Order: sequence, then C-alpha cells, then structure tokens
Amino acid sequence: MKAIEIMGLKKTFTSNFMLKKYNVLKDINISVEKGEIYGFLGPNGAGKTTTIKCMLGLISFDSGESFICGKNSRSLEERKKIGFLPEHPYFYDYLTAKELLCFSGMLFSIPVKKVKNKAKDLLKLVGLEGKEDLKLKKFSKGMIQRLGFAQALINDPEIVILDEPFSGVDPIGRKELRDLIISLKNSGKTVFFSSHILQDMEMIVDTVGIILEGEIIKQGKLSDLISHSVQYYEVVFKDVDESLLKSNNIGFKLKDNNYITKLKDFEKLNYIIEFIIMNHGKIVSVIPIKMSLEDIFLKEIKG
Amino acid sequence: MKIRAIALNTFKEATRNKIYYLLIFFGVFFVLSSKLVTLLTLGDKVKVLKDLGLASINFFSVLIAIFTGIDLVYKEIEKKTIYNILSKPVSRSCFIIGKFFGLALTLFVALISMVIIFFLFMLLFSGEFDVRILVYFILLYFELLIITSISLLFSSFSTPILSSVFTISLYLIGHVIWTFNEFKDKIVNPIIKTISYILYYILPNLEKFNIKNSIVVNSDLDSSMILGSICYAIFYISALLILTILIFNKREFK
Ligand SMILES: Nc1ncnc2c1ncn2[C@@H]1O[C@H](COP(=O)(O)OP(=O)(O)OP(=O)(O)O)[C@@H](O)[C@H]1O
Ligand SMILES: [Mg+2]
Repeated sequence: MKAIEIMGLKKTFTSNFMLKKYNVLKDINISVEKGEIYGFLGPNGAGKTTTIKCMLGLISFDSGESFICGKNSRSLEERKKIGFLPEHPYFYDYLTAKELLCFSGMLFSIPVKKVKNKAKDLLKLVGLEGKEDLKLKKFSKGMIQRLGFAQALINDPEIVILDEPFSGVDPIGRKELRDLIISLKNSGKTVFFSSHILQDMEMIVDTVGIILEGEIIKQGKLSDLISHSVQYYEVVFKDVDESLLKSNNIGFKLKDNNYITKLKDFEKLNYIIEFIIMNHGKIVSVIPIKMSLEDIFLKEIKG
Repeated sequence: MKIRAIALNTFKEATRNKIYYLLIFFGVFFVLSSKLVTLLTLGDKVKVLKDLGLASINFFSVLIAIFTGIDLVYKEIEKKTIYNILSKPVSRSCFIIGKFFGLALTLFVALISMVIIFFLFMLLFSGEFDVRILVYFILLYFELLIITSISLLFSSFSTPILSSVFTISLYLIGHVIWTFNEFKDKIVNPIIKTISYILYYILPNLEKFNIKNSIVVNSDLDSSMILGSICYAIFYISALLILTILIFNKREFK
C-alpha cells in the first residue's frame, strides 16, 4: 500500500470578478512509497501548496482522488496519521512554545501529561531547548519554522507533510533539519516535502516529483534520474607538449598550468589517458560530470 | 477535549488583548462615575445610579460581544493559524463550537467583573442588594451570547467591516422589532404580509432580554417570561451555530 497516492487531481480557482477560471492543478498524479522521502519540486506558483491543501481538505477540488494509506486523505480519521507544517507558518504569538505544542497535542486528543513530556523532547529535537517559556512574539523566523516542525511531530505521525520546511532557515539550521528528516525516515516514517531549494532536496530525497504549471512532468527515483545522466568526463592533466596536443586534434583549455579537456564518450576517455601517460604527462584528475537535479529541473522546465 | 482546547485558546487570545481590558475598564469607570451624576440630580438618587450603572455595563459588554467574535475569527483565517487546526483531526463544526464556547467564557468573565464591582458599589452607596438586577444581568448574558453568535455567523463568510455593520444593524433591529408585532397584522398586501411575518420571526427579538423597566418601576418579575426568554436564546443560538457550521463547511482556506 502506498503512503500517499494522488490520482488525476484537478482544481480550478474562480476569480470573484469576471468569474474567470484559473486551471491551477491540471492533472496531478503522485505516488509515495511507505518509508521514503519524497521531494515535491517546482517553481513558484506551480501548484505545490495547492496540491497539499487539497490533500488535507483545506480546499475543495474538482475531480480526482487523494489517499493516505489507501484511505481518503480528507477524512478526520486519516489526519490522525499526518503531521503537517504549513508554508510560512504563523502561530498564535501570545502563546509560549510549550503552550503551542500542548494546544496542538490536545487537538489530537493526546492526554495533557503525555503532551507535556513530548513537547519538551520535541523542542530539544528541533534545537529550541530552553525556549519553552518564551512567547512566540519573540521568536525569529527560523525559530518559528523549527517550532512548526516540532508541532508537526506532536502526534508521532506516520506521514509527515512539510510545505517549504527550509524557508527562512540558516545553513546550519538547514543541515539540522535535513538530518532530522533523515532520522524520521530511519524511524520508519514517510516524509513528503515541497521545496524549490534543489541542493537540500538532492541531498536527502529518495524520489522526486517535478510539478510545472499544475502538472507532474516527471516523477522517479532520484538515483535513476541522476545516474542516467553522466554528461561528460573532465580530464585535468599537465606536463605535455602543447604542440603535440594540437597535432593530435585534442581540444583543451589552459588553467593554472593545467590542461583541461572535456570528453563525451568513454572510448575517447581511455584513449586520451593513454596518450597523456605515453607522452610523460601527469594526470591531475578525471571527473565524471553528472547531471545535477538542477540541470534536470532546468531541462524539464525549459522543455 | 478538542472543543475545550479551542475554547480555552480563544479565551486566552481574547484576554491577552488590551482592548478587552480597556472596554471592561470603561464599563467600570462609568459605573463609578454615575455617582458624580447623582450629585447633580434631584429626587431618587439610587434610581439614577442603577439606571446609569446598568446602561454602561450593557453598552460595554455589547461592544465586547460584537467585536471580539469578529476579530478572533478574522485573525484566525487571515493569519492562517486555522491551517494548524483544520489540518489536524478537528472538524469544522468542532472549531466553530469551540470558538463559541471560548467567546461565551470571555463574555462571562468580562460581565461578571463589571457586575461584581457594580454590586459592591451599590452596597456601599445604598446598602441594598436587588436580586432582580442579578436577573437582569443573567438575561443580558444570554443576549450577549446571541450577539456573539451573530458575529460568528457573519465572520464565517464576510469581512470584519461588513460583519461589524451587519451585527450592529441586527442588534439595533433586534431592539425595535417588537414594535413590528401589531403593525405586521395590519398589512393588507398578502405578499408583504408574509414577508413581514417571516422577518418578524427570523430576526432576533432582543427586547425579550430587557427587564430594565420592571426593575426601575419596582414591579415583580414574571418568571415564566424569563424562562421563555432563556429558551428562546438557546434555540436561537443553536440555529445560528448550525447555520454558521453549514456555511463554514463550504469555505475554502486560501
Ligand atoms: N485562492 C486563489 N485564487 C486564485 N488563484 C490562486 C489561489 N491560490 C493560489 N492560486 C494560484 O495557483 C497557483 C499555484 O499556487 P501555489 O501556492 O500552489 O504555488 P506553489 O507551487 O506553492 O508556489 P510557491 O513555491 O511560490 O509556494 C498560482 O498561480 C496562484 O496564483
Ligand atoms: Mg507554496
């Protein structure tokens, strides 16, 4: 059974004035395996937040289906299994961190005593130790984001849904949150998160779905998407006679006394390496340049 | 438990707002300053004191009823804190009912603090404790609950400014609608007559909760009428809450 399955989701917004229709989600198909980290990638305005809101029942949709563990994701029962961090979260600023977590826990009908202990552990987990009794008014943006993360875990959810979890978090904090996401995966949870920060995504996700203008244009295992795509090999070498290279039709660039050459195919790579060694040159490095998620992303988007 | 959590959180939010205290403060201030007015009046000073005291508590508690409901629901949606609630296993009806009880508690605390000061003041000044005035405040409380349910209804689908306008209008209409009673029977045109009948029964009749006249003229209170008013309030509030939930269930949170 899939952790999350969305099939043929469509959503139009109607503007109040001209009754003009905007097709915001055209055809969303997403399938997330249990226990994996799924990255939901797309440019601004592609429909990531809208998809998540449909899934959680915050807005209605026109057609399609959305399941959590095989059951309707919009039912109250299924929401017990979900932890959710909204985009740009905002919490009651008159509460303290501990009060907010207790309030969140009570909405899951968790006994107060249990919630209090849990709250303490979670604040520690997200690096807000010692801030238990600080009013949220005095929290910085990144601290709010961390608190939002903690509040999404209060019910020990099977599935954690995070809308832009890294926004507003500094590099150290991002590293910590990435580690946290990985530790969630290691404890058997499924994590679904949206982002447009490619580097963060590339480092932790198992599967990516790329959304563009309301459509999923690519979905697959990150390792598959990336390994298919060694673009070229970059060979750096030195101590070879320049005229020799020219007479053998080997293109190169000079940089800091090193020659750099780029080769598309594997056969030619071996030939060049042999050639350099035979001519008493020295190999500095051979790097296969792979397609990064960014390249894939940009290629998909530009068509 | 979920309803209780939402209700208590609503109460917390309202009571951490300075305006709430400001309105209570003004209520108390006017009760106390009514003593000054008695210096200028001849005749029954205790009566003037009661009159002004009741009027100021009434005025400020109605203000609290109208504006806290609208303000809290609006903020919850505008600042998107509602996402954190509705994405959890909390139904929308649970949210509305929680909000209602939270507002009811907020109003109760506001009213009771003004009332306690009023009674202490009356005891000090005239040495009398009029139970009928307590009944007046109980009925006022039910009226406040109706007003706050009306504000909840409007803010479930409209902007704060419109909600305030609608709620204040209904409050004012609610206090004159009883004059309509005889008038509606005299209408000849059947369509207009039907419409007036419907309006008469749909619009809130808030004069039911005003027993000031019998207090002022020292007549006895009609206990069956009071019970009737309370039943009316409970019925009316339930209808409003159901309507609010129906509207709120359809609402999209953007
Ligand atoms: N309430 C609304 N009414 C009309 N259009 C809307 C509404 N909400 C969102 N949209 C439109 O839907 C599209 C998708 O918005 P959405 O918020 O889902 O994007 P997103 O992928 O989350 O972008 P971002 O990365 O900026 O958060 C946008 O073009 C937006 O203009
Ligand atoms: Mg978004």
